[in-house]
Amino acid sequence: MTTKAGTTLAADPSDPSPPATRLPRRRGVEFTLIVVAVLLSVYGYCAVGLARTGTVPPGAADYGAGLGILALLAHLAVRWRAPYGDPLLLPIAVLLNGLGLVLIHRLDLETPGDPAAPAQLNWSTLGVALFIAVVVLLRDHRALQAYAYVSGAGALALLALPILFPPVNGARIWMRMDGFSIQPGEFAKVLLAVFFASYLAANRTALAYSGRQIWRFRRLQLPTGRVLGPIVAIWLLSVGVLVLERDLGTSLLFFGLFVILLYVATGRTGWIAVGLLLACVGAFAVGTLEPHVHSRVEDWLHPFASIEAGDGPNQLAQSLFAFAAGGVLGTGLGLGHSILIGFAAKSDFILATAGEELGLAGLSAIFLLYALVVERGYRAGLALRDPFGRLLAIGLASIVALQVFVIAGGVTGLIPLTGMAMPFLAQGGSSVVTNWIIVALLMRLSDSARRPHDNRYDGPAEGLA
Amino acid sequence: MTKYIRRAAALCALLLIALLANAARIQVIQAKRYDDSSANRRPAIARWSQPRGNITVDGRPVTGSNDTGEQLRYERTYTDGPLYAPVTGFASQVYGTTFLEHTEDSLLDGSDPLLSFLPLWNDLTRDQNAGGEVVTTIDAAAQRAAYEGLGARRGAVAALEPGTGRILALVSTPSYDPGELSGNGRAVERAWARLNSDAARPMLNRAARQTYPPGSTFKVVTTAAALDNGVLTDLDKPTRSPAPYRLPGTTTSLANEVEGCADASLRYAFTWSCNTVFAKLGVDVGLGAMTNTARAFGFNDSGLRIPYAVATSSFDTDMDKAQLALSSIGQYDTRATPLQMALVTAAVANGGSVQQPYLVERTATKAGRTVAARGPRTLRRAMNPATAMRLRELMRDVVEKGTGTRAAIPDATVGGKTGTAQHGIGNSGIPYAWFIGWAQSDRAMEPQVAVAVVVENADVKRGDISGGGDAAPVAKGVMEAVLKAAG
Repeated sequence: MTTKAGTTLAADPSDPSPPATRLPRRRGVEFTLIVVAVLLSVYGYCAVGLARTGTVPPGAADYGAGLGILALLAHLAVRWRAPYGDPLLLPIAVLLNGLGLVLIHRLDLETPGDPAAPAQLNWSTLGVALFIAVVVLLRDHRALQAYAYVSGAGALALLALPILFPPVNGARIWMRMDGFSIQPGEFAKVLLAVFFASYLAANRTALAYSGRQIWRFRRLQLPTGRVLGPIVAIWLLSVGVLVLERDLGTSLLFFGLFVILLYVATGRTGWIAVGLLLACVGAFAVGTLEPHVHSRVEDWLHPFASIEAGDGPNQLAQSLFAFAAGGVLGTGLGLGHSILIGFAAKSDFILATAGEELGLAGLSAIFLLYALVVERGYRAGLALRDPFGRLLAIGLASIVALQVFVIAGGVTGLIPLTGMAMPFLAQGGSSVVTNWIIVALLMRLSDSARRPHDNRYDGPAEGLA
Repeated sequence: MTKYIRRAAALCALLLIALLANAARIQVIQAKRYDDSSANRRPAIARWSQPRGNITVDGRPVTGSNDTGEQLRYERTYTDGPLYAPVTGFASQVYGTTFLEHTEDSLLDGSDPLLSFLPLWNDLTRDQNAGGEVVTTIDAAAQRAAYEGLGARRGAVAALEPGTGRILALVSTPSYDPGELSGNGRAVERAWARLNSDAARPMLNRAARQTYPPGSTFKVVTTAAALDNGVLTDLDKPTRSPAPYRLPGTTTSLANEVEGCADASLRYAFTWSCNTVFAKLGVDVGLGAMTNTARAFGFNDSGLRIPYAVATSSFDTDMDKAQLALSSIGQYDTRATPLQMALVTAAVANGGSVQQPYLVERTATKAGRTVAARGPRTLRRAMNPATAMRLRELMRDVVEKGTGTRAAIPDATVGGKTGTAQHGIGNSGIPYAWFIGWAQSDRAMEPQVAVAVVVENADVKRGDISGGGDAAPVAKGVMEAVLKAAG
């Protein structure tokens, strides 16, 4: 992840030498990879049909055409408005989304009365449309910096909205209107990343170098309350709202995002220590006081307790059974029994289906795809030269990384389970749309990063790196 | 800033490594533990996802599979459930399997690696073999004759081919339909509860899993011990046995149900079933020799498998003389399964050697390729061939002119021994009626069938020698069926 890219300039402002040659755009590579991604998705769709009925499903061509057209439109938008954008981001998003649709369609076969794939396809279409909109309309990411406080307020408003609606499965994270529901908290992630990035970019120096020393220990310098106040307030509010809504996964995500960005912006290890301490205190308090969370922790420690008690396996145990059944190579698409997990099989536990039917090989491939997205985000962050852009790229990439870790770790028993959607794979309209927006922003950022710089650099001098 | 970005990236890399390592832990290292968890439904789903292989009798399947379209897709069906229940057992999605369904389970459900054309091939492809076929030794005509012969009475029949040990009939009544237990719904639960609480115990395999006092049929063993050990040499010489006989060391005296037993010859005593002669004979042979002979016939052998386990028939090894006397006429602690008494008969018919009894002729794949086949195997020598010859003669007399005349078959040599077994506290129960016998058609070279019949609730007045009345006709029917099939 930290290798110097051959195709980009090491963005070291202390060495502002102009590029000798025009940088390759790599749009042809992107197109080829998109074709591969669409073909892989269609192949998966056919594999499900062949496994279940022995024939190629009739919708395969339509599915391929639909996904192909969406991907092609996105690709054309990128060619037009972000020609230097990273060539890997869009194909990976297409592949993950396509694979997610295949997995959801495969689970729909087990629940004939309750199909989820068509709606997911509509949401994906909307997601790609928004991707195109962001790539086309947002000509320069720095425009977002002006909306820092608007984003922060918007994020809080979005987070607070579901409190007005009845809870679903113990969590108040949905807004239900006329038959469809959205999770505003998903969109809040992006807004919060924008807010954190712009605020930290503006107050970096103050955060790192002002304030009192504690124990005469240089590393543990706390900034003044004036600098710290707004950001901690925002963060506390967001976490408070989340505790009220019982959405622990998102809370964990915000927390991690906050700490990472704070560290990257200031380089103060003390922040990490304070953050971890706060996290431990918060986790312990919530884990003991809040029954909903407490039971999750208990399940994580003893996934088989319900079996020993004679109540049959709980969802986590069923999820572990599914992963184990997959083994190294998996059962093959359409041949597993992950539907035994029950009601969240298509959303929170979609990874169990991937694990069972594609095996450790397929699961590792999926993890690596996500890792590539994260790596490309970080690479853009390294290559950018304005602090806001850097922090935004790191923030967005970290959102993906933390989301994947929290939910994948949860369903595989690595950490306590918190409800959260696997980016692009899981059923959930808001999640798919949000992730397309994240990819669009990363696209814009990587375009800026890889673009031959024609005196576009106008941020403060970088003296920290 | 660049330095910190790289560090944050390293953190993300750590998270990735943790996920990958954990996935490998769950999916590879600990997979077996999860796969084998009792709460994991996948093995059951896989097991019932295809039709179960069939158990055949005379080349025709007596089982089948019914596609229910549910999660556990195929359910076991039985063509003649009650008739073959002691052979097939049940294969229930809830209550497991018994008897052949149990011992041949891995073959029937397709998981036996021997079904694969290439070893380990299926581990790689995750394919499941079609369920294999189990070919039984049962003779359908004999089985049906036994079942119909017992009718509404409680009892059991076991029939063997003496020379090989092939089990030709294994019947227990009252019976039940194993198909009632196949599925997994409420109806199955109710059937299970009903069958288990039924006082008539229809699920009990009386032929192989229940022991009875063998009564006078045990006199075959006592005779073999006496002849083998030289306690007696002449069948027609009067024995020195009083009637009634006072049990050694007690004031209890043992009586007979027939006249002329005092000092009777062995032939007379055997033909008319004199208790006094055999009780004294057992004492004269002695505990050591009696237990040796009983063991040679298969008593006290807990390891008998046909292939499913058979209840252990017992002959006490630590008794005083009075108890030995009673044990020698099949009372006191002596107990035997009908299958064991069929083995005793078969040993006589087969010149003294006991063949290992078996139910499975061979197993095959669905396509018919033989997976495993088995042939006759001698278990033990129960007595000298000469002793067996003389016992055959004695048993023939029983059928020709003694207590077992109702078992006689035209155009065939039939030998037998009747028995009436007292049981219950103070012998208050209705006595069990026994008949053991063998038959050889006049065209055959050797006896073709050995059979043991027990009737629990024999419809008799106490004191009748009911083995000849109740059990012998059932045995006759079974033996006739076998002889007829042999031509």
